[in-house]
Amino acid sequence: MKLLEINHCNKKFGDNEVLKDISLSVEEGQVVSIIGPSGSGKSTLLRCATLLETMDGGDLIYLGEYAAKADETGKAVYGTKADLQKARQNFGLVFQNFNLFPHYSVLKNITEPPILIGKRPKDEVYAEARELLKKMGLAGKEDAYPYQLSGGQQQRVSIARALAMKPKILFFDEPTSALDPELTGEILQVIKELAAEHMTMVIVTHEMSFARDVSDHIIFMDGGVIVEEGEPKELINNPKQERTKAFLSRFQA
Amino acid sequence: MDAQTLLNITQQLAVGLLDSCKIFLLTLLFSMPLGLLVTFGRMSKWAPLRFLAPKHLIEKLKLAQSAEGKAENLPLGTRFAGGFFFFKPIQFIIKVFIAILRGTPLMLQLFAVYYGPYYLFGIPITNEYRFTAVIIAFSINYAAYFAEIYRAGIESIPVGQYEAATVLGYNKVQTFLRIVFPQMCKRIMPPVTNETITLVKDTSFAFVISYPEMFTIAKQISAAKTTIMPLIIAGVFYFIFNGIVAFVMDKIEKKMNYYR
Repeated sequence: MKLLEINHCNKKFGDNEVLKDISLSVEEGQVVSIIGPSGSGKSTLLRCATLLETMDGGDLIYLGEYAAKADETGKAVYGTKADLQKARQNFGLVFQNFNLFPHYSVLKNITEPPILIGKRPKDEVYAEARELLKKMGLAGKEDAYPYQLSGGQQQRVSIARALAMKPKILFFDEPTSALDPELTGEILQVIKELAAEHMTMVIVTHEMSFARDVSDHIIFMDGGVIVEEGEPKELINNPKQERTKAFLSRFQA
Repeated sequence: MDAQTLLNITQQLAVGLLDSCKIFLLTLLFSMPLGLLVTFGRMSKWAPLRFLAPKHLIEKLKLAQSAEGKAENLPLGTRFAGGFFFFKPIQFIIKVFIAILRGTPLMLQLFAVYYGPYYLFGIPITNEYRFTAVIIAFSINYAAYFAEIYRAGIESIPVGQYEAATVLGYNKVQTFLRIVFPQMCKRIMPPVTNETITLVKDTSFAFVISYPEMFTIAKQISAAKTTIMPLIIAGVFYFIFNGIVAFVMDKIEKKMNYYR
């Protein structure tokens, strides 16, 4: 089943075309990685998918329901506030800079959204949150505040916060770019575990070997277009396009 | 001066101090929430004529906002047209309001509120109105200052906080009340303490419309008995009052220090 579908997405900032006719779809249980140089549009694509940015043209479809639909001219027409709110329930997003709420304890960061927005019973949410923290190796940190945690721990809390909303699809926007190599390993391990549990994920990353190992599908973007996409080992080890080759030439693994 | 007179003066000033306290507390009570409303107005992006703007103009202005061009480089006509179609009436009114309140003396504003109703509408000035006028003038004036402090606090919250809340499904009101407002309160404590301390001293301005708070009384006694003693005692009272205010504000600030 297709969880996410983006068709012919176009996006401009001023006269700068950031995304040019991008189409992609994500099946249930699939892990898709998006790689590419800085400024290639991969983060913007993720921000369009998570409704933080509006597409100028194209369709955005979650589980068969349109969040945005292209009209005859190709212009993206977004649904009502309620439609978009409903679309948001399908996904979670893990940011590069974690964006935890600094005034909330770890436990409150994780439990407030499901209670307040998901309208779920408190006991159940708290029990699940503790379970999630245990899974993230953060048992005992329930009452800590974000500033008391390392970057890696903060990122794990933010993954737990996203998972607590029970998203069908989880987006990662360069989840390890703010972390040192050691902490990066921690986070990649967590994502690998999620992949083993068949969590559907779309990951924007600069970690090539990780992308190759964890993904079912890799998309290489440059200059706002998808240059090449396909099976991870094939694409990373044996790229077809010159641009992909050039980008991956520095990566030996 | 004998001890009895001194005690007498101190007692009279203490009564005045109560009135100063009343002005202080009521002004804070009204100006702080009013300031928040003013901030919302100041940050309002409502531009009712936006939908009438021609498409090519929107494109041009968007382009000017992007990395390449600066709005200053646009032709004058485009800038005027932009100013017309993207006119934000609420923001404009509030900007003027703030400019007037910050740009004229508080003393003058007290006169305006006190005598205004009589000169404008012929409404007789009653004795009770004196206190009301003081509270109105102070509250409005301080609201303008608090509004700018709040705005600084709100604008200092990283955009990532809004984005995280939005993705989690928080609506605008929930995002403001639960995520932005608490963090804003922590960040604005130092300038709010400043304003609060200034307010303690500014209560003395009530003397210009002869409202009998501490300073007014001190001046009266001083004139009647040709001694500066009452003014000195009043000064000591203000100093102690502000010591307490600073202490309380510091406690509140420390209480918010559980996170960074």
